[in-house]
Amino acid sequence: MSQCLQTVQDYALRAIGIGEKLLPRSDFTLCQQVTLIGSGLIWNLYFGFLALFFGFFLANALAVARFSRNPWLRKPAEWFIFVFRGSPLFIQFFVAYEALVQLPRAGIDVLGITVATSWMTKAWAGALLVLMLNTAAYSAEIFYGALRNVPKGELEAADAYGMTGWRRYRRIVWPTAMRLAWPAYTNEAIFLVHATTLVFFSGFPAFRQQGDALYYASYFADKTFNPFVAYPIVAGYFILLTLCLIGLFGVVNRRLNRHLPGAAKRLRYRPNLIR
Amino acid sequence: MKKIMLAAAAALALTAGMGMAQNVRIGTEGAYPPYNFVNDKGELDGFEIELGNELCKRAELQCTFVKNDWDSIIPNLVSSNYDAIMAGMNISDERKKAIQFSEAYTPPPLSAYAALSPDADIKGVVAAQTNTIQAGYIAESGATLVEFPTGEETIAAVRNGEAEAVFADRDFLAASVNESNGELVWIEGQDKVVVGEGIAIGLRKSDTELKGKFDKAIESMKADGSLNAMIRKWYGEEALIF
Amino acid sequence: MFASCADPKTLEGLAWLMCYLSSGKHVLFYLSFGTVILLLLITAPVALLFGFGGALAARSRIAPLRWFGKVYTSMVRGVPDIIFFLFVPIALDQGFEWLRAKVFCDPSIPIRQGNEFLVCAAAKLPLSTSPAWVHQLYGIALAIIAFSIVFGAFAANVLRGAMDAVPRAQLETAEAYGMSPRQVSRRILIPQMWTYALPGLGNLWMILVKATPLLFILGVEDIVYWARELGGSKTSAYAYPHPDWRIYYFLAILVFYLLMTWGSERIFDRIRSRLSRGQATAAGEAMRKAAT
Repeated sequence: MSQCLQTVQDYALRAIGIGEKLLPRSDFTLCQQVTLIGSGLIWNLYFGFLALFFGFFLANALAVARFSRNPWLRKPAEWFIFVFRGSPLFIQFFVAYEALVQLPRAGIDVLGITVATSWMTKAWAGALLVLMLNTAAYSAEIFYGALRNVPKGELEAADAYGMTGWRRYRRIVWPTAMRLAWPAYTNEAIFLVHATTLVFFSGFPAFRQQGDALYYASYFADKTFNPFVAYPIVAGYFILLTLCLIGLFGVVNRRLNRHLPGAAKRLRYRPNLIR
Repeated sequence: MKKIMLAAAAALALTAGMGMAQNVRIGTEGAYPPYNFVNDKGELDGFEIELGNELCKRAELQCTFVKNDWDSIIPNLVSSNYDAIMAGMNISDERKKAIQFSEAYTPPPLSAYAALSPDADIKGVVAAQTNTIQAGYIAESGATLVEFPTGEETIAAVRNGEAEAVFADRDFLAASVNESNGELVWIEGQDKVVVGEGIAIGLRKSDTELKGKFDKAIESMKADGSLNAMIRKWYGEEALIF
Repeated sequence: MFASCADPKTLEGLAWLMCYLSSGKHVLFYLSFGTVILLLLITAPVALLFGFGGALAARSRIAPLRWFGKVYTSMVRGVPDIIFFLFVPIALDQGFEWLRAKVFCDPSIPIRQGNEFLVCAAAKLPLSTSPAWVHQLYGIALAIIAFSIVFGAFAANVLRGAMDAVPRAQLETAEAYGMSPRQVSRRILIPQMWTYALPGLGNLWMILVKATPLLFILGVEDIVYWARELGGSKTSAYAYPHPDWRIYYFLAILVFYLLMTWGSERIFDRIRSRLSRGQATAAGEAMRKAAT
């Protein structure tokens, strides 16, 4: 037990570079596996939450652009959504990495200021960028569908109150669209968090053996020749993570629906998968 | 009664095994020239393929080469997807815990650092292939290790500046360094580092019989000089020989 | 392939490129697109079958069967698919060999010896004497089973939703005609659910298409494998030396997938309008109005 505490001290933050430098090389214990894989989960959380956060805003902008009647706004948004929804995330990672390493190492001169580029090839930036654009495309499609389904009556009521433009969008259209989109968006969030496992299996290399949960799981599976321990541990962690996510989105859902008497109190799973 | 039937079955299995040449599947990576690679016809080629076929001829085995990713090359050996590994794999204590090795078929090979400039920092960011003895060496040397699944990607990482240097088997790096028109160079004083005890055939620990056969074949190739000739053929005149 | 390509070192420009793109390795690359499509064409119906079983099990009146169905349908919600892909093929492979070892091998020799998984030669799958293509096919078959299990669970979700969406009134009418529960299922529920299932299934097909690059992780020599192999910089140990060209190969794959998804979308639009005909849904109503 005390040995395990020691392991936790050594490896709980290994994925972000704090603690023991070398990974365990032999005599692997269950405690080591649970600790290190849990430590890798930090990266999954980092990618998942930041990508969702930034992606949310970008997706809203894209949805509005796609809904717009101006082709200069609509066409680019449609193409962006088509490219990111139409191709596998796995390939997007590869292409993004290969493209990012082509940026000049010394940095790019923008108006006399040198902008460093080398950090873009690191997983924390490059993979986050890909995940963000990817989830933005999927979410934009969801939000676009919701915008189209905003009840005509609500829009007419807003007009009657003399609301126009931004005010009408912010106070009437957007809240209703969010309410309609939320169940599907919850789904998208779960898929995105699951997709973070691909980061270190794709083009982005692991620095100093700091990787995500699956990186450590495959490390253990390869060293112990036994996939029947490490992978189920990852699976367990992800089930917990998914449950937390559903809980969190459920809270938001209740808030979005709070004015509707008898509206769905619980988020129901939509079998029409969006991803 | 039951015992007799079992004995009969065992005898049958034995004679069946003796009747024809034993089938041996050899796992290799196919991405580590000139040790082993996939040539432009899409076939496996390289020093180890030629050597393996010669060894099998001498040991009277029926051999087939199988491609397998480097990452999972040992796990797939112990789970019996093939029976031997010839993939530029050095003998090391860590690997010996999982598998056993035949006699080495190369002298302890030299590893080397290559970089874009001869004075690059070997304690900086160094690229190495995952699960190699070189990766272990870098992790312990205090440098920052960046791992890639194939050897080719480690070189690409130096070319595009992702890593400051690459540490790998010298014979593997040599072709890339020599043909880069001076882009890639050896790091001064760091181009001949001895890591590992020699490259050998990896085998399951329980497979002592196969080890015996391969050992004998390697011995005989060492004795008549054909192994040295083959090393010279693939690695040039300056290569280390027995 | 062509006689003029016998000595690529002497070639230049377009002639070199033509020879390069028709080398044996490139032919394998082109064939691997076939592997991907083959996998899709086999996996889709098998997964649908699994999904059908899962959905029926989840609605079953026998409790253990229902629990199994529920666990199966909900597992893909909690666990990333890639974990199943890393896990299921190995488990299947060892499971099959273990079963065969029970039949063909001497039971006194243990199968697990230390870290080794050992079965006698007769129980190996495929036999070590079989040619290379059998081994490759076996690998692809394991991949197909893994894909089918995972996507079957997704499909079960979709089909369960679709079964719930069939209007109660239609089922009740069938009951009023004196049909037994089985007859209601077979004659009304299953034929009627497709229009509700189609959007979800179409979506699922897209997910499946976009999941095929994961074959690479399963060790199948698919398009990603060959793209990496061909794209990496090549020294003069190879007949066609070239610098790092991986990005072009990956862009080609990207375009392939965009075409696949774009084409699929067109096809699904057609099926959707066919299935909506005469249905008590908004789309069906719109078609009825358009016709009259």
